Amino acid sequence: MGKTFEEINEKIRNGTVVVATAEEIIDIVEEMGIKEAARKVDVVTTATFGPMCSSGAFLNFGHSDPPIRMCKIWLNDVPAYGGLAAVDTYIGATELSETKGMEYGGAHVIQDLVDGKKVRLVAKSYGTDCYPRLEIDTYITLEDLNQAYLFNPRNVYQNYSAATNTSNKIMDTYMGTLLPQCGNVTYSTSGELSPLLNDPELRTIGIGTRIFLAGAQGYIAWEGTQFVLNREKIDEDTTMYSGATLAVIGNLKEMNSRYLRAASFNRYGTSMFVGIGIPIPVLDEEMMEFLAVSNKDLYTNVVDYSVPSRSRPILRKVSYQELRSGSIELNGKKVQTAPLSSLRRAREIANLLKESIQNGQFLLQQPVQPLPKDRTFNPLKDMVVK
Amino acid sequence: MKKIKLILYFPPEKTDKPFTYYLVKDYDVIFNILQAEVQPGKRGRLTIGLEGTEENIQRALEFTKEYGIEYRPFNKNIVRNQGECVDCGACTAVCPSGALYMDTETWKLNFDEKKCLVCELCIRACPAKAIDINMFE
Repeated sequence: MGKTFEEINEKIRNGTVVVATAEEIIDIVEEMGIKEAARKVDVVTTATFGPMCSSGAFLNFGHSDPPIRMCKIWLNDVPAYGGLAAVDTYIGATELSETKGMEYGGAHVIQDLVDGKKVRLVAKSYGTDCYPRLEIDTYITLEDLNQAYLFNPRNVYQNYSAATNTSNKIMDTYMGTLLPQCGNVTYSTSGELSPLLNDPELRTIGIGTRIFLAGAQGYIAWEGTQFVLNREKIDEDTTMYSGATLAVIGNLKEMNSRYLRAASFNRYGTSMFVGIGIPIPVLDEEMMEFLAVSNKDLYTNVVDYSVPSRSRPILRKVSYQELRSGSIELNGKKVQTAPLSSLRRAREIANLLKESIQNGQFLLQQPVQPLPKDRTFNPLKDMVVK
Repeated sequence: MKKIKLILYFPPEKTDKPFTYYLVKDYDVIFNILQAEVQPGKRGRLTIGLEGTEENIQRALEFTKEYGIEYRPFNKNIVRNQGECVDCGACTAVCPSGALYMDTETWKLNFDEKKCLVCELCIRACPAKAIDINMFE
């Protein structure tokens, strides 16, 4: 028995599709077993809402009169990239304001645009024969832009290490505020609801997959940067998957700041909460086995962030069930745990996606190309350049 | 019963005296230390919550003054902007008293103001900048 993408889409079109979220499916499988659940349920929705630094947007401003080839660009005092064609730019989430510092960055510019706010555009040029204007100082809104699309090179981490700090000093990191002497452990995942933990071998998720991206229908554009497929055996029945990432794209004009929210981490900088939902077709029983996974079988490493090294020491392995319990044991001591990604908002997204599939508004897109299985994760060679 | 929060300033010569003992014993007030910076020989600062009858609190405050300890009302509290909060939970990583905590069913952030020590660590930990300090008279 098996189902194809096209058969499932037909059910979506005629309103007979059966959809469950990746949390609901755990109980469904518990109740009726893999075989029956795989027959009954057609689509399982997954979602995540967490800070994802590798995010940003391409914008096209249109031409002023006389026209300018923008070489240096600022949006609300945040530098944007000037190395594209005359009035194209890329604004990255982590770029900081030159006047407000870490309080305001590219992520805030993007959120302000999505919220319909006016954003100040300042650009400078050296002037060319074809683009004589030397500078411009004006306001833009999202509506005015010809194109505005989010293009995030690395989102939806399959699995991310939990963080702690063995030093005697408080640390401010992108994994939150880490208290001294292992005073806390932070983690960032939606666990059993997380997209790439529910399709760990990437059987159904690939280039071209249609996704929920911050309120819009977006797409998986490519493998994410630093993409690699790691599989590590925890025991006979349990594998710890990690390393897969996605590059995603979608129309900023259709997004909602409820699912695309600027973040600012103390003494680290800015980032962006991105809400992403991915529907997974239940093609067969093997797929349902993956989808039935729960937090007790999903593991990550607890890593010491106080060691300033690329390969930080792993203190232990821990299941997401234990992390979600509020505390874990670390070196014989009970340490409080805290999430950094919002499970509550991830659930909201998984349910929204479920509804739009049930309503026939969201069709599944079969990948046009699978994601690569053979990538390695190369370090940067530190050569001495004279 | 009345509840108040105070910041007490100890002059250096008073930091080694058992002031809090008398406060509890003689005036029957319930005493909760919220923050303490007291070192012998140095000017100390103690943020406390006091609970007792109106009269006992009044007498305890008079005793405090006579004892040579200055005080002023503790006039700060933590406020959360629910519209900005995304329920991520980053603030719960640093909250020492459990005032900020996640509901483990709904994974909504909850704030129990009575437990809050106003240590302000959550302000620094909140990536959504949804937590602020409020000063009042």
